[in-house]
Amino acid sequence: MEKKEILVLEDILSSNKKIASEIRKKLEEAGILSINLLSSPGAGKTTLLERIAEGLEPRFRMAVVEGDIETERDTERMRAKGIPAWQITTGGACHLEAKMIAKVFSRIPQDSDFLFIENVGNLVCPASYDLGENLRCVLLSTPEGDDKPKKYPKAFATSDCLIITKSDLIPFLPFNLEKAKEEALEINPQLRIFVTSPLKGTGMKEVIEFFISSLQKLHKKNA
Amino acid sequence: MHELSVVASLFEILEEKAREQGAKKIVLVKLRVGKLSGFVSEFLESTFDVYKKETIAEGALLQIEEIPLKVQCQTCKQETTREDYLFICPKCLSRQLKILEGTELVLEKIELELE
Repeated sequence: MEKKEILVLEDILSSNKKIASEIRKKLEEAGILSINLLSSPGAGKTTLLERIAEGLEPRFRMAVVEGDIETERDTERMRAKGIPAWQITTGGACHLEAKMIAKVFSRIPQDSDFLFIENVGNLVCPASYDLGENLRCVLLSTPEGDDKPKKYPKAFATSDCLIITKSDLIPFLPFNLEKAKEEALEINPQLRIFVTSPLKGTGMKEVIEFFISSLQKLHKKNA
Repeated sequence: MHELSVVASLFEILEEKAREQGAKKIVLVKLRVGKLSGFVSEFLESTFDVYKKETIAEGALLQIEEIPLKVQCQTCKQETTREDYLFICPKCLSRQLKILEGTELVLEKIELELE
């Protein structure tokens, strides 16, 4: 029996990365800034998106792709705000992959300014999958605790911004805001940090301005 | 949980390589798994063992080399291997660090039995 050893050196996620790069290129050409939102379940991704939608109107148009294991509830919440939204129900899978975004891609209005991708609520698996986003934002809600950055380093290390949510609850929780910020910056010194309460509407102006300035940078690059 | 989807991608590559080489069997699969890849070696092993049944790699042995997180300081050029995820240079305390290794998930090599 003849045996043969073959050196492959191939990135196992290369097919996902390739699809993600194609999505990013197409979106950039259309002048659409894409943002991948990562968090634990219940950190407030959908409520954050509702506030962002209100803040962007009427100057900017956004579209949303929602990832969930089951139900279309989040999509219904976005549509109730008049936002074009599509649901990807993963049927048990813990993260979205680029090929799932590719499937709904043709339905994203080409005159959109922003595409928000709400990933499946999970701080572990989504961190390993590029979805073709320009910005990755991780949410940390204060009831989860200030120790999460160190416990889930990959999600924080691969993100461009950290949005701390439910800041209105800080007075009632053993949550040390400075510690959470410091630990997140130790893992990722480039992280932009925003402290918000989407429910109360606080801190949203800065987040929205950050997205708008990122969009303007993309347009400048295209020009 | 996401190990399943990555093992499925791995098998796509394995089957393609085996076809290219006209191989009958794959007997060894070696992966390089970075500590910050987001994938857990034990789960990759158990998923691989379930997935390989009735495939060309049914009898294959999976070898995993875990790659520690290696960073280089962009200020003083010091290279360090980190067990934690503190992105601070131990020499000059700079926070401008570049990751050299430790995020990869790579199929390094395979061993085949030819017809």
